[in-house]
Amino acid sequence: MVSLIDDIEGQITFLFEGQPVTARPGDTVASALAAANTRHLRDSVVSGEPRGVFCMMGACFDCLVEIDGVQNRQACMTPVADGISVKRQRGGVEVAL
Amino acid sequence: MSERSDIVIIGAGPAGMACAIEAAGKGLSAVVLDENPAPGGQIYRSVESVGQKRLDILGPDYAKGKALVSAFRETAGIDYRPCSTVWNIGSDRRVEFSQGGRSFGILAGSVVVATGALERPSPVPGWTLPGVTTVGALQILLKGSGVVYDDAVLVGAGPLLWLLAAQLVDAKTPPKAIVETTPPRHVLGLLPQLFGSLAAPGYLRKGLSMMRKVRRAGIPHHSGATNIRIEGDSQATAVRFESRGRSHHIASSTIALHQGVVPNQQITRLLQCDHFWDDSQKCFRPLLDERRQTSIQRVFVAGDGAGIEGAASAEMQGRLVGLLIAAEAGHVENERIDSLQSQLKREASVRPFLEKLYAPSSEVLSPADETIVCRCEEVSAGAIRKAVDDGAPGPNQVKSFLRTGMGPCQGRVCGLAVASVISQRTGKPPEDVDYYRIRPPLKPLQLSELAAYDGASPDKAVG
Repeated sequence: MVSLIDDIEGQITFLFEGQPVTARPGDTVASALAAANTRHLRDSVVSGEPRGVFCMMGACFDCLVEIDGVQNRQACMTPVADGISVKRQRGGVEVAL
Repeated sequence: MSERSDIVIIGAGPAGMACAIEAAGKGLSAVVLDENPAPGGQIYRSVESVGQKRLDILGPDYAKGKALVSAFRETAGIDYRPCSTVWNIGSDRRVEFSQGGRSFGILAGSVVVATGALERPSPVPGWTLPGVTTVGALQILLKGSGVVYDDAVLVGAGPLLWLLAAQLVDAKTPPKAIVETTPPRHVLGLLPQLFGSLAAPGYLRKGLSMMRKVRRAGIPHHSGATNIRIEGDSQATAVRFESRGRSHHIASSTIALHQGVVPNQQITRLLQCDHFWDDSQKCFRPLLDERRQTSIQRVFVAGDGAGIEGAASAEMQGRLVGLLIAAEAGHVENERIDSLQSQLKREASVRPFLEKLYAPSSEVLSPADETIVCRCEEVSAGAIRKAVDDGAPGPNQVKSFLRTGMGPCQGRVCGLAVASVISQRTGKPPEDVDYYRIRPPLKPLQLSELAAYDGASPDKAVG
């Protein structure tokens, strides 16, 4: 199980798959989702298998999510912001026509 | 027109910060580009903002970073640009980067690459499952957000494994087990290297005290682990392995892998700097002259991006490069330069011992055929071996055959593992097998951003 070391209250609220998640200042989208015990962040474009946080430092691109409609955002490199809408990235990118 | 700066430093870890402090202190203009929102790199990540509780857990070597970060913040003349992702460097040393959804270019008198290290790939069956991370990732969660898991199993080899285990003990969420690939009592065979490392006794003392803390906490420890595999359908549920002739199965949803760290070669490869294979560190390193300049004029490397020496050395190397560049502009400080050179030698004396003790396991250097090596494109070791048998001599040909290294991470994670599989299959040394050719953009950027970027490119200036 996941737990938090400090007693800092979550002050930021954002949506993950439409559900509210609270986060603390300094959190990235990935660390806030980790704190909420969410492991599955995207599906592989090759096999569709679930993927989650791997390196937490912007190298592996396994934590790609869709944020406010923009795909391929690195959850571990993106600071959380109030009111953003984060979605699991499903499969390949579809180009809007 | 593009901006100009005497030095553009890429990375705000210990090396990048120290380099900027020295160069700006001598009146040179120094731009520091860093992907993260705050200075510190991974080693001193969040050191400005963590509370006392986290500082106590992370220990004095981490807290030391506070002074360096304050000096960095307070030195006049450092133009620090956080949240900036470098995506190209031209042959004219135009550093192109993305910040806040816009791209910019800066012409650099000198470029200092201070992009540090990455964890060595640990391809084992099941390593792509959610719940499996690097050991570094768990430490970043702890440093950056105070997030800890109470069922973590740490698997692999290297000092970071023990450091994180000791920190988790202090955080009152001790790991469920440590599974070391290092053979038991291996240390006895390393007495010559151990003797050589006595010039830097601090590391040995720290290592022993971490191990003592972990042992006293009663954490199960397995050594010489082989046949490691992670189980689970949609998420990790257990790790299975053999140790000392027995099979083990540990249930856990949090499995962290580690096989040491290796230089992040992305920028020095992009610039086509010469690299060599270091068989002791089992990695490629950019070839540097005595001034830490690469084979490309006015491109320098400071810190672990040029070979793994640790945070203290990274800071010294950063200072050295800053002073050397300032010396060219007439601010000569030979005494400090000489003293840094000799301190660096002392610091490096512990490396041969650590490199022998924590050599990467043969299983990750030569994974079983069914194991995925390239995570982005899900290419197995067996498929790579088959491509080699079909005539692919190196990583770039395997890339054309199989798309290894062509996913979003662009080979950052799999590069060394792919080179190692090819080297073993062909019988050629890694240096001859070579490495991926790295092309811009170093990280994906939106087409709209690229289209809007005018960077005052030479073509445009002429047209």
